Amino acid sequence: MSDPTLPTGVERRPFDGAPRLATRGPPVYGEPTDGEWRAWDPTRSKLGGMLELGVETGLTGGETVLYLGAAAGTTVSHVADFAGPTYAVEFAPRPARELVAAAEPRERLFPLLKDARRPTTYAHVVESNVDVVIQDVATRGQATVANRNAAFLADDGRLVLAIKARSEDVTADPETVYADVLAELETTYEVLETTPLDRFHADHLGVVATPR
Amino acid sequence: MTDMDEGTETDPPAAASTANDGTAGWFAGLTDGTDPDAAAERVRMGSATAPRDWPSIAVDEEVVDSRAAYYDRLHAVTTAATRSAVRERERADDQQLVHAVRAMDDCERLANELAERVAAWAGSRFPSSSPGIAGARALATEDPTDELDRRVVSLATQVSEIADQRDALEATIEQTAPAVAPNLAAMAGATLAARLIALAGGLESLAKKPAGTVQVLGAEDALFAHLAGRAPSPKHGVIYTHEFVRGTRPDDRGSAARALAGKLALAARVDHYSGVYRESLHDDLRERMATIRARAEEERDENDETHGGAA
Repeated sequence: MSDPTLPTGVERRPFDGAPRLATRGPPVYGEPTDGEWRAWDPTRSKLGGMLELGVETGLTGGETVLYLGAAAGTTVSHVADFAGPTYAVEFAPRPARELVAAAEPRERLFPLLKDARRPTTYAHVVESNVDVVIQDVATRGQATVANRNAAFLADDGRLVLAIKARSEDVTADPETVYADVLAELETTYEVLETTPLDRFHADHLGVVATPR
Repeated sequence: MTDMDEGTETDPPAAASTANDGTAGWFAGLTDGTDPDAAAERVRMGSATAPRDWPSIAVDEEVVDSRAAYYDRLHAVTTAATRSAVRERERADDQQLVHAVRAMDDCERLANELAERVAAWAGSRFPSSSPGIAGARALATEDPTDELDRRVVSLATQVSEIADQRDALEATIEQTAPAVAPNLAAMAGATLAARLIALAGGLESLAKKPAGTVQVLGAEDALFAHLAGRAPSPKHGVIYTHEFVRGTRPDDRGSAARALAGKLALAARVDHYSGVYRESLHDDLRERMATIRARAEEERDENDETHGGAA
């Protein structure tokens, strides 16, 4: 039950006999539920995959989070279930509609229809010194997005990033792409841990970093 | 502590943060009785040069009583703002996009034609003038001294304004296209997506076209010449402007255009019938393009060995 790498509020609970990650909150995307607990599918969520693989994300529960690339709110709804104030940035209007629906019953989840490549368009809303920036954007220039958003992060905060190799360059070897992205990240961050997420997400690398 | 944090601590709260100098929060100057729409508008349209400790500032400025009240209010305002922004972006329909892209093309053609006239005329009066829209823009800043100069400069000013109009229309298309057709816009780029929709007459009719038609949209003259038996079949229409076609060597452009058109047709269908962004569609295309381009690289490698790098 108590797993040192899991944040408070995230537990492994049995669903149909098998233990699965779960958080407490209103269901969002038709996931299995057990009372007030709802299963967190690691194949649909990179952060879920990272927690399932035992990555030390620095998430402990109750912290302030900036989530970039919230999409329809699948992952960020779980984050808001166990974290404190959670800012969710998404650029595309259609998934953002579902994000608003996921945010409505969650009092500390703040949806924002903004472009993560342009932090000044939401710096008047998102507070400084957030504890964790979680990034899952499927565009080219993922390191640039992370670097630009470092301004929101506390000095001892954590960047939790899923690098999608195929968004950068589908023709290149994923290892080469990861090396390039990590090199650019290291201009702003110190990388603490990298974990291939291939068990749940092909050609994705999980990264945990802290500001330099 | 970063520079920004120090700024937060030393700035005098109320007075400084109501000024529009990039240091104010979304709530600046909004007290409890204020219209909630105004706050949502701030969240949508506002900006700041850097984040600050907004919850503490809001409490200090007595906008709210407590951090909990701040977050309650932020929740109400951000959900309202995002809901209205989504609704507005979704209301932009395919026909608006068609109008915008046609207007953009008209402005571009008009600006180029007029710029040519201006350049021909200005060449005889302003020895330093240069051709094209850039030349007209430079000329528009000149100080005319007589009636004829005034006409030339005035015409150049018009060119510059029409060119601005064209750029503004392009920016509008960039914003609207992803809402109207998320997959098509991501795959083709906003302008080409809008152009394909315009050529088909709407997103629905584009969604109903076979890939082979999408491939030659915009090449109707060549297509009918081909059908009349006078010419070979066109390899591509407006999709020629896409990097996947133009950036592929001529020998493989037919394959690239066919592969791209196939995925664009699928993207248009997903956009029309479901409207949800589907990543796998884009991955498939990228993989297909990588395969097509690998052919050229393989042959180039072989050529390098035999001809010493001749393309």
